[in-house]
Amino acid sequence: MKIKQIQEDLVDEFAMFDDWMQRYEYMIDLGKSLPLIDNIYKTEDYLIKGCQSKVWIQAELIDNRIVFKADSDAIISKGIIAILIRVFSNQEPNEIIDANTEFIDEIGLKEHLSPNRANGLSSMVKQLKLYALAYQTKINNE
Amino acid sequence: MKNITDINVEEIRKDFPILKRKVNGQNLIYFDNAATSQTPKVVIDSIVSYYSNYNSNIHRGVHALSQEATDAYENSRVKFQKHFNANNSFEIIFTSGTTHSINLVANGFKKILKRDDEIILSQLEHHSNIVPWQMLCEETGAKIKVIPIDHNGELIFSEFEKLLNSKTKLVFVNHVSNALGIINPIKKIIDTAHKYNAVVLVDGAQATPHMKIDVLELDVDFYVTSTHKICGPTGVGVLYGKEEWLNKIPPFLGGGEMIDQVTFEKSTYAGLPNKFEAGTPNISGVIASGVAIDYLITIGLDNINKYEKVLLDYATSKLLEIQDLKIYGVSKEKTSVISFNVGEIHPYDIGSIVDKLGIATRTGHHCAQPIMDYFKIPGTIRISFCFYNTTEEIDIFIKALNKAILMLS
Repeated sequence: MKIKQIQEDLVDEFAMFDDWMQRYEYMIDLGKSLPLIDNIYKTEDYLIKGCQSKVWIQAELIDNRIVFKADSDAIISKGIIAILIRVFSNQEPNEIIDANTEFIDEIGLKEHLSPNRANGLSSMVKQLKLYALAYQTKINNE
Repeated sequence: MKNITDINVEEIRKDFPILKRKVNGQNLIYFDNAATSQTPKVVIDSIVSYYSNYNSNIHRGVHALSQEATDAYENSRVKFQKHFNANNSFEIIFTSGTTHSINLVANGFKKILKRDDEIILSQLEHHSNIVPWQMLCEETGAKIKVIPIDHNGELIFSEFEKLLNSKTKLVFVNHVSNALGIINPIKKIIDTAHKYNAVVLVDGAQATPHMKIDVLELDVDFYVTSTHKICGPTGVGVLYGKEEWLNKIPPFLGGGEMIDQVTFEKSTYAGLPNKFEAGTPNISGVIASGVAIDYLITIGLDNINKYEKVLLDYATSKLLEIQDLKIYGVSKEKTSVISFNVGEIHPYDIGSIVDKLGIATRTGHHCAQPIMDYFKIPGTIRISFCFYNTTEEIDIFIKALNKAILMLS
């Protein structure tokens, strides 16, 4: 599925809820289905800088698509990264680089888009895109 | 509340325009006062009045506006001199904040410290009272020693005494821990350090909002704070230094205001306090800070202290009713700050949920990672009260906290 399509699906899913509490509960549930990374990757190298909670992201290139796995020590951060991984995992690097994240606002999680270092969503997106850029460079050089 | 203390909280709340606003559809409950306090209308009005009536650069102009601005700026200095009971108004230096003040003093000791001299800090320090000294040690070859804390978060005084010796040149300690709210025994620390001729700097950023400071009685060498913690604007710091030490240390920034004579061969510096106030200062901010300290004095720091103690005790007892809730920093000597965690729940998760319910708290390591390392936790949720908070707000917070715990468990 294309990134745009997945984002639209997420917007539709979140539109079913009347209030923020239900949206947060759904996000927390999405976090529980996150493809978790192996404990061996929970090191400084895989840690996202700039989040108040710890978030680790690992990436692998399989058939020219990037597969992301992640984990966090905070439940809400885990929900956020789960949403991002649903959008960006199993996509080609170029598509990840070009994608925007306006859907976050549309699903009612606007407060997480602030550049306030406490919430780290922008750092997570940056890290996913950095992985995509690195793999795209690698593909171009091959 | 009128019966409990002399604080009339309903009336006081009318002084703070921001307390009327809503956040996420809820009435704002502001429990992040240790990070910055809110601003009363008289302080906001003084900034508007400055820019509307006498905005002008100080100290140099011969015209009326410059004279008025200079008088108001210097009047603020006298207010802080009186409030801190300093001997001279020139012992009060205006800076951009506590961090600037500490860096100014640290820079001043670059040429005074020698290799293998020792500096004593406490485990409770804010990063801004650790990093400048580390930078100083890197340059001078001096060494840092750390006063440890016990499981309650209190400094172990006997360990401090063991660290002192003839090599000890400087002692830095906060008056009140920003992360835990514990009031440190600074008078005892200052007197003991002075027996070894060590210079003492006290970071008072978390103390000045809650108590009267008497630098003469403390016999402290340097005392620093930021006025945005005491209902003033952001961007203004107050540095008190004993005349003797302010004369001994060199200027931090070079520029206008701080000079006596300038030629391309050599410049001579102005006397105190101008030597440390290079460039155009935050004139409106300093004037507004003077208005803020007047506001606190009118309410009365003793009244504030008593009322905040009521809030602290009430919130502490309500929090302790919650299962698995642990408070960090247990002491009889505390300001109205409570740092806690609930079971294994990440503080960030709780902070995010209560924010959705209109409550401002602070989560994380509070710029005091060494304390979090000691307790082996990623951070805490910190609530901190000001004299405009109420027990009713605490009740709403407790309900929100229970809701968050339910969602996150």
